[in-house]
Amino acid sequence: MPIQYYIFFCLTLFSIGVVGVLTRRNAIIVFMCIELMLNAVNLLLVSFSKMQHAAALKLDAVSTAGIDAQIFVFFIMVVAAAEVSVGLAIIVMMFRNTHSIDINFLNRLKN
Amino acid sequence: MKVIIGLIVLWPLVGFLFNGLGRNIWSKKVIAYKATGYIVASFIFSILAFLNVQSKGAFTAHYFDFINTATFKIPFDLKVDALSSLFLLVITGVGSLIHLYSTAYMKEEEAPHYARYFAYLNLFVFSMLLLVLGNNYVIMFIGWEGVGLCSYLLIGYWFTNATYNYAAKKAFIMNRIGDLGFLLAIFWLIVKLGTVSYDNVLTAESLAKLATPDITAITLLLFVGAMGKSAQIPLYTWLPDAMAGPTPVSALIHAATMVTAGIYMITRSNILFSASEFTQHIVAIVGISTALLAATIAIKQNDIKKVLAYSTVSQLGYMFLGLGVGAYSGAVFHVITHAFFKALLFLGAGSVIHAMHHEQDIRKMGGLKSKLPITHLTFLIGCIAIAGVPPFSGFFSKDEILAAAFAKSPIYWALGVAGAAMTAFYMFRLYATTFLGQFRGTHDQEHHLHESPLAMTLPLILLAVASSIAGAIGVPALMGGHHWLSHQLAPIVGEAKEAGLSAGMEWALMGVSVTIAVIALLIALSIYRKKADGEPQTALGKFLYNKWYIDELYEIMILNPLHKFAGFLKEVVEKNIIDGAVNGTGKFVQYGARQIRLLQSGQVGYYILCMVLSIVLLFIIWFNDITILKFFFKLTHKF
Repeated sequence: MPIQYYIFFCLTLFSIGVVGVLTRRNAIIVFMCIELMLNAVNLLLVSFSKMQHAAALKLDAVSTAGIDAQIFVFFIMVVAAAEVSVGLAIIVMMFRNTHSIDINFLNRLKN
Repeated sequence: MKVIIGLIVLWPLVGFLFNGLGRNIWSKKVIAYKATGYIVASFIFSILAFLNVQSKGAFTAHYFDFINTATFKIPFDLKVDALSSLFLLVITGVGSLIHLYSTAYMKEEEAPHYARYFAYLNLFVFSMLLLVLGNNYVIMFIGWEGVGLCSYLLIGYWFTNATYNYAAKKAFIMNRIGDLGFLLAIFWLIVKLGTVSYDNVLTAESLAKLATPDITAITLLLFVGAMGKSAQIPLYTWLPDAMAGPTPVSALIHAATMVTAGIYMITRSNILFSASEFTQHIVAIVGISTALLAATIAIKQNDIKKVLAYSTVSQLGYMFLGLGVGAYSGAVFHVITHAFFKALLFLGAGSVIHAMHHEQDIRKMGGLKSKLPITHLTFLIGCIAIAGVPPFSGFFSKDEILAAAFAKSPIYWALGVAGAAMTAFYMFRLYATTFLGQFRGTHDQEHHLHESPLAMTLPLILLAVASSIAGAIGVPALMGGHHWLSHQLAPIVGEAKEAGLSAGMEWALMGVSVTIAVIALLIALSIYRKKADGEPQTALGKFLYNKWYIDELYEIMILNPLHKFAGFLKEVVEKNIIDGAVNGTGKFVQYGARQIRLLQSGQVGYYILCMVLSIVLLFIIWFNDITILKFFFKLTHKF
């Protein structure tokens, strides 16, 4: 499949994530949208990696060029996992304190 | 030789450090011996340097590079040649005598102040030696500033007296005005020639590189520097006020050495000055005007040191007249003889002041002849020498300048003779009022009158001898001499130009000037032998007594406008513009912050929206010629 499909698919996923973060007030939905953005980027990285590898294979049958980019995907997944654990903990604390997970409710530092 | 020259300069510096740092440690005896000893050591080395110049010619010693960049270099070089070795002898010789004299004159001071005095005096000698020994204008400028500083410190030596401090500040500021001219001249030389060394600047080749307006500007600026240091119109008013310092300081700095720095500088740069007709005219006119102005003022002054101060200004005017008419060796000759007889007169005045318990008004003196025999005799010799009576030294040097002036223009000569007559008149007025007639002071003062100790009379005697015979170094060919001095200076200022006057003419000129001077001194003697001047009665008398109201004129013309301008700056510029700008900045920030604060709404979504929009904006800016989609297309098109 041409790479354009992957790119537009990832762009769509990322845009959904952005719009979700911008419009939704529920902290968990916001969280899911952030995950969506992260995974859109992951997907893009993997597809670019494959693309470059395929191009390298044409020149050299045993080339491994390009596949190491996929390591970044694992980094992002690890960071995302860490972020989720911290973020969920924050959301739990927030719910305990305010009995709400509406992010617009958390503006008490204002003024 | 390199070591000797270095030591000439270093001895006084060592003395300065020794006395300056140890002023609370040493006894007065140690201070006096050390301070005088270092200058005497310097004198001995100066004699060695002088003899070396006589036998082997000029010598340049390179020590290190003062400024060293890729294209421009100022070496720290000291040079002894005929001119600087003569100045060396005068500075260290007269300097030693004055140090010796000071040890007795300043005896009443407490040890720390005594040490401070000698430290300054040593520092002065150090700076002055640097000034005359430096082999380029920058080194000369270092010494030039150093002597100015020491002059300031020593005028204000009795710093508890506000008037003295005022006089010190006046001297320093007036000097600074002149120094600015000197500094600009140096910059001009650097820009045009890229060097400040005498060996490179003062040559025919570099002269050829300079356009005539450049030479005129450089020489005029150098002359402005000389005006400040050597007290010429219009910057002379500091010198009479500088008499606030101790009398030996007046003798050393404000008569014998520092004020002649301007003459040294112009003599050193004589190639430049000779190349500019215009500047020479200016120098001569300023010189003769100063000589006459100061002489007229001196006629009516009653402070013994003020008379001598105006006399110094007047004699410096003669030297500049000599420089202006091209008689460089004559000017240097007058510097040397003047150093002797004016130092003698000042030290004699100091001896009188010492005997009179710090009374300086000659109207309260009189009849000191029998009480102070040595001082009287030496002072008389000084007066005769300055009045230009042969065969004392002043006659030869003044006559040489006057003869050169006549060759240039008889008007200069006539004015010069008039000045010489006034010189004879005011000097003998001073002498007669002080030493002849009846004592007019208080009974208490009369009771305590005493001749000064040997440490003070010895320098007087030596200087009196020097004043009597120093003329021998420049006896003109006319009188059977061969003018040793002008032959000495020939490598630096060129062979003395023949004045083009017949022998009979020269004799006549000499006769006229001497006769007029003698008549003037006899008139002064007959008027003032019995009585002192009262309060000035006539308008002219008041005018002269008040020094032509020059100080008042400066106050109205320069000081008051300056004060008004400063007031304007303070009230209008400072309060409205500067304060307004500063406060305005603060107010603007506060107001701006109050407005921008409203953007912080606390809505998280709004923040994120701003962030996303900003990133998009950045992308657009980044790929301002291709849209993002085109970028992707380009990227993918490769495969």
